[in-house]
Parts: sequence; structure tokens; C-alpha cells
Amino acid sequence: MSEEVARPQATQDQPQDVPTPSGQAMIEVDPTETAPRNGRSGGDGGGGNVVVNLLKSGAGRNVGLVIALVLLCIVGVATAGDRFASTANVLTILRLAAVIGVVSIGMTFVITGGGIDLSVGAMVALASVWATTLATQQLATDYHWIFMVSTALLVGAACGLVNGLLIAYGKIVPFIATLAMLAGARGLAEILADRKTQIISVNSFVDFFGGSLIGIPVLVWMFVLVAAAGWVLLNRTTFGRRTFAVGGNAEAARLAGIKVQRHTVALYVLCGLCCGIAAVMLMARTTTGSATHGQLYELDAIAAVVIGGTLLSGGRGTIVGTVFGVLIFTTLNNVFTLNNLSISAQSVAKGLIIVIAVLLQQRLAARAP
Amino acid sequence: MSDELLRMTGIVKEFPGVRALDGVDLDVRRGEVHCLLGQNGAGKSTLIRVLTGAHQPDAGTIHVNDQLVSLNSPTDSMRLGIAAIYQELDLVPDLTVAENVFLGHEPARFGLTRRHEANTKARELLRGLGHGEIPPGRTVGLLSAAGQQVVSMARALSREAQLIVMDEPSAVLDSEEVDNLFRVIRDLTSRGVAVVYISHRLEEIRQIGDRVTVLKDGATVATGLDARQTPTSELIRLMTGRSIEYVFPPRQELPADAPVVLEVENLSRPREFADISFAVRAGEIVGLAGLVGSGRSEILETVYGARRAATGVVRVDGKLLRAGRVQESVKAGVGLAPEERKSQALLLDEAVYKNITVSSMGRFASGGFLNARAEKEAAEELTKALDVRPAGVEHPVRNLSGGNQQKVVLARWLLRDCRVLLLDEPTRGVDVGARSEIYGLVRKLADNGVAIVLVSSEVEEVLGLADRVVVMREGRAVHTGPAQDIDEHRVLDLVMEGSAV
Repeated sequence: MSEEVARPQATQDQPQDVPTPSGQAMIEVDPTETAPRNGRSGGDGGGGNVVVNLLKSGAGRNVGLVIALVLLCIVGVATAGDRFASTANVLTILRLAAVIGVVSIGMTFVITGGGIDLSVGAMVALASVWATTLATQQLATDYHWIFMVSTALLVGAACGLVNGLLIAYGKIVPFIATLAMLAGARGLAEILADRKTQIISVNSFVDFFGGSLIGIPVLVWMFVLVAAAGWVLLNRTTFGRRTFAVGGNAEAARLAGIKVQRHTVALYVLCGLCCGIAAVMLMARTTTGSATHGQLYELDAIAAVVIGGTLLSGGRGTIVGTVFGVLIFTTLNNVFTLNNLSISAQSVAKGLIIVIAVLLQQRLAARAP
Repeated sequence: MSDELLRMTGIVKEFPGVRALDGVDLDVRRGEVHCLLGQNGAGKSTLIRVLTGAHQPDAGTIHVNDQLVSLNSPTDSMRLGIAAIYQELDLVPDLTVAENVFLGHEPARFGLTRRHEANTKARELLRGLGHGEIPPGRTVGLLSAAGQQVVSMARALSREAQLIVMDEPSAVLDSEEVDNLFRVIRDLTSRGVAVVYISHRLEEIRQIGDRVTVLKDGATVATGLDARQTPTSELIRLMTGRSIEYVFPPRQELPADAPVVLEVENLSRPREFADISFAVRAGEIVGLAGLVGSGRSEILETVYGARRAATGVVRVDGKLLRAGRVQESVKAGVGLAPEERKSQALLLDEAVYKNITVSSMGRFASGGFLNARAEKEAAEELTKALDVRPAGVEHPVRNLSGGNQQKVVLARWLLRDCRVLLLDEPTRGVDVGARSEIYGLVRKLADNGVAIVLVSSEVEEVLGLADRVVVMREGRAVHTGPAQDIDEHRVLDLVMEGSAV
């Protein structure tokens, strides 16, 4: 009954540690190096692979965004002509893009680090209200507008700190913690402002931030500075590297000795700080502080970050992509407004763009090994 | 109709770099308890996955009821009456017992579930299993492990399973519950249901099993053995010994004055391990051997500070490490190459050099700004020394084979000049050829004065590479001594509860 089937082993025939890069090498720039490997992985023909590789590379993704932006501009010129292509209109687009752009830079960091911040709009509102209370404005009139600016920045950073602490140490999921901040901060803003719009009477503040430098609005300069600083921070510093590590694989980051919790807090503080800056810019643009500022900024910022190519699940993020995402949405708004199309139509178009962008992103990601 | 229910012949399953199954034969008769025996990594889990349709074999045939079948999905297997009860129970904890039993095939009419009917049927099934006391409306998460196992079985029966695979069902049970499990199994087999039973406990196999199939290195080495008559020494002989001879590097005589680098004293964590003490000197490799779940990996992670010790202390170079602080360990010169390389160690989409420098970024930064060129140069030097292939440090780590990924993890800690290296399953998923290379590297590190703790499921690896071994069973050290003084049989005997004595 107990027959025994002893088999000789065949495992020795296994290949000796053949280095098998199992998939297409998509990040390499050197075409001579990628070519043979792509051949090996089979599947697509050579021509298709070039396009796919290009689209998957960082620069390639941005090429897609540039094309989208150019197409939008062509539509703008075709439908609105000089009203679209005028210097004044371009500056308007940039000025509108600047505020949400700064928020989106902060959001890029949080999302790359594996989180999400729904409270950005509420933080902008609270910072704008706090920085324009009678007391703060009095200080600003008596001494310097720097008091208004630092109040806004401090309020933003403090809200971010609360978010970060709740998430990193309180172990509340980012979605919920920042949802609570969304409700709480906006409510606090309403209480502070007593539901009134606070007019800014500090002329030096309005003059400085509302002005221009070499023909370009100060607001736009601020956006450029924040974006540039964000790019350097994300791509050239230990802070940025840790952000990718924490967002890409928090457990691996922790076991590699990275202070994951502290880093998470820092990311939310950074995002709050960006909201403070955005509040200053919004105050300058509207010359008011109000609890209704920054409505739906969270959605606009997340949309811009995601179509820019930052992975919503974390670990991959691009500042350049975010800037393009913001410009695309702002230009879209502008084109629609110039053509007297309704806000509702804009929303439909926006929704479509988000879906298409994310579908494309997923297709490209799926081809990666 | 013959009494043969299942016949698998020449099953082969390959994963990149590893041949997990390499010619497995298995035949199961109606109404029998067929035991599957083999060491960790022998291919039992993969075989089950093939049987339940989760993996598709690369070669071989499967007959169910004398008909050739192909199991392309779990649904196919279910339709043929094959069900599995996994070690990690696959129940939805927030649903009720009845909802879990009928998950996926709920009694329904017009799309509305018939809760009353489901509850009644579930109660009947549970009563049939001798557990009429489990209320069908109870949330599964509130049940004990044994209760959850009964629910899993009820689910299998609700699909009218003819063959139930049980993967170490007794591991989560106490002895009384095991008795009840056996009663249920006997009841099932008397109704003609076949059970494939996997366990490391030989005495259970004697008690419940009819026939035994032994797997080794992904192949069947013996089948149809009598579960009661076959001598234990024979079973262990079949499970051990390897046709592949790994080349282990020669051990070096430790200098008499080699300082103790790592000291672990009375380390405990409730329900994981208790009273673990050992010391590692500079240049020494200490291996922890034992079954999966015996607490080996948990010990390493606790020494590293990734888990907080309940009691006990860890010292490096005489300096106390506070419990549960990874950064403190890293600063003291401890490095961990974790068990799950991909999920615990690597940033798969990041470049090789970034993965290497992630634990010593400060060295390449001034004022927070990273000097990428210096990073790449340092990484380049290490990858060359470790012969990481393909060469170059800018590929994403994802594109590397298992062995080369492991070298990247080692390089990370080499860059830090670490004093203590904790290696958890360093050759998991590493193909045969690359293994000796890793062994050589580990020995070289030790020769350079690093204190190394090695955990492996493969007894031979621990015995071949380590200077001293600690044998673990269910969270306790049952033997500590020089590796040369103990052999594979003895270790297996110790970890399988001394049943061969």
C-alpha cells in the first residue's frame, strides 16, 4: 500500500543568478540602454515603446501636460481671439492661478508623503480672517504689514500642526482628521469674523502685494518663488527624499530609521504654511478677509496635483506637474468665462479632464513592471 | 466510480527565479484524511494554491472524479467541490456568522437576501459540525479562533465541498479544541468528504491521518505512506536532506578576545516569545531556527526596536537600547534586513542608490541639500563590491532579481558600517545560484567584525552558516549551542515537539 515514489531532483539545472530585469526599464534616459531590454520584455513593438517610455518618463508626462495646455490656449484664441491672447488676460490667468497654485504646492507634498489634506480651503479662510481682525490691522497700521503676513502664516502652520499631530500620533486617518479641520477651521473663521467680510484698510499691505515687479504682479512672483522652493525641497534635499520614502513605503522608511511620524507632522505643517501664504495672496487680491474665502480649494488643489502626475497613493510626486495642473484648470476657467459659458459647464469639463488624466495615468502605470 | 477523488500528476509551478513546484504527485481518495508533510518552503502552500485555483500550474495534470480539469480560478475549484481553510482565516470579521457562511452564494430571491433562511441553514450546518451553540447572527470577529475555524468549515460545507484542504488548522487551537476538530474531521470523512491535512505536529498526523505524502524542494518524495505505521525517523529522513548542496563558506575561529557586541536578556513579548537571552560577539553569526510562527522574526524586530519589548533588555556595545526605538538602534549601529524585503525594506520604484543611502542620508547632505553625485559614487562602490547585477545604480530596484535586491538591502547597512546586522530570511525568493553568494557575503561581513543574527526557515541554512544556533519552539528557546554539534534531524525533532524521541 505504501509505494514510494522517490524522484531525482532537477533543481540543479536552474540558471545561475541570471540578472533578470523583469520589465521595461522605463525611467532610464539612455535609449541605447533601454532598447535591448524592451526587446526582451516583448509585447509592444519598438515604436509604441518609445512613445510609452517617453510618456512614462518625468519629462514625457510633462510633455503631455504642455500639449494639453497648448490645446487649451488654441481653443482660447480661436473662440475669444484677442480677448484671450492679450497680456492683461494672461496676467489675469496667472494671478488667479497663483493663489490656488501655492495651495497645490503644499498639497503635492502631503499627497506625495502618502496623505491628503481636505482642510486647505478652511485654513486659507481662517488665516485670512485672523490676519484681518481689527487688532491685527491696527498693529499693521502702527508698525508694519509684516504683522498681518506673519499672523496668516502662523495660523496656517498651526492648523497644519494640529492636522499632523492628529494623523501621526493620534493615528486618525488623514481623510478624517483634515475633514474635521475643514469643518472646525471654517467655523472658527465664521466666529472670528462674525460672518462679516473684513475690509483691509492697511494701504501699505495692499500696495505691496497688489503691485507689480517688472510688469509682473507680485502674486505671480510669489507663486514662482514657492514653486521653485518646493521643487528644490522635494527633489534636492533630504526632506524631499524622506517624503518619497514615507509616501512610497512607510514601513520600509520606518525600518530604515526615518522618523516617519515627525516627518508626517512636518508635511502637514508645510501644507498649512502654504495655505497661510495663499491667504495673504487672496487678501491682497480681494482686499478682504472672509470666512468664505477658499471655498472648494481642497478639490481644486487635489485635482491639479493628481492630473499633474502625483500619485494619490503617495510615493511619487512632481511639482512641475502640479504647476501645469493648476495652469490647465485656471486657463480652462478663463476660456469658459470669456465665452460666457456657465460655471456648471466648467465643472463638467473639469470632471472630464480629471477622469481622462487619471485613466491615462493608470494605463501608463499598469505597463510598468 | 472509483474511490479516487483527486489525482494531481507532475505539477510544476515556476515563479521568477524560483521553481516552487517541481513535479508534485498527489492522489486523494474519498473519505480519507490525507496528510501533507514537508519543511517550510517545500511547496505545500503553493500546491494548495494550485488546488484552489489561485495559481495556475505551468505543467502537469489534475483529475477530479477521473475527469481532466483545469482550475483557472477559485470559482472553478469551488464548483468542483474543493474548498480550503487557510491558516489566516479568510472571513470578514464585521459580517455575521451566517453572512460569512453564505458569502458569495447568499440565499436570495429577486436580489434580496433571505436572512432568515440563511440563518436557519447556517444553524443546521453548525449543528452538524457539533457547534450548534454558535449563533448565526453573531459577528464573526467576536468569535474565538476555534469558533472562526468552525465557521470556515461550515462555509466549505455550504458549498457542498467534497475535498477540504486544512492548512495547519491546529496551530491556533488548544488541545481541547483540537479534539473537537478531529471529531468534526472524522464526521466529515464518514460522509465521504476527503480532507487534505497539513500539520507540522507528527503526533496529530498519527492520530487523524490515513495516508501521508511528503514534499521536499517542491517535489513529491514519497506518497501513500501509512500515517500510523511509518516510523517517525523515516518521515524525518524523507523531509530532510537535500539534493542541492549549498556551498557554505568556512567558519573562522573567533579570536578569544572578541568582544560581545549584542546582548539580549530575558526578552519577552506576550503571546509571541518569552525569556529569550543570547549574546553575539564581534565576528560571530548566531542563527535562530524554528518553524514559522515560533517567534523568530518577532525577536529580531524587537531587538531592532520595531516592536516594543514587554520585558528584557537589549545592549549594543554595553549600551542599553530603549525598547521600541528604531532610531536609537540605527544610531547604535544595528541594521535589519527584514523578512518581507519588498514591503518592509525597499522603495521599489526608487533608484538603487536611493535605496542604499536612505539610512545614511545625513552623510551626503549639507544643510539639508543632498549631493546626489556623492550618493551615487558611494552606492556604485558598494554595488560593485557586492556584484549587484545589472550594474548601475539608477535602475528602479523593482527591476532587480530577489538576490540582487537583497544585496541592495545589505549595501544599505554596509554603508553605515553597522556593528550588528539582523538578517531575517536573507535568501527568501533568492534563486539557487545567488544563495551561495549571499552566504559568502554574510560570512565576509562577520569576518570584518560585524555581529550577525540570522533567522531562516531552512534549518540547513542556519546550521551551515551560523556559528551558534538557538532552536525555537512556540516562542521559547529549547536549545542553544554550537552549530557543529547539532544536525538537521535533531533540530526538526526539537521543533516538532520531540515526537521522534
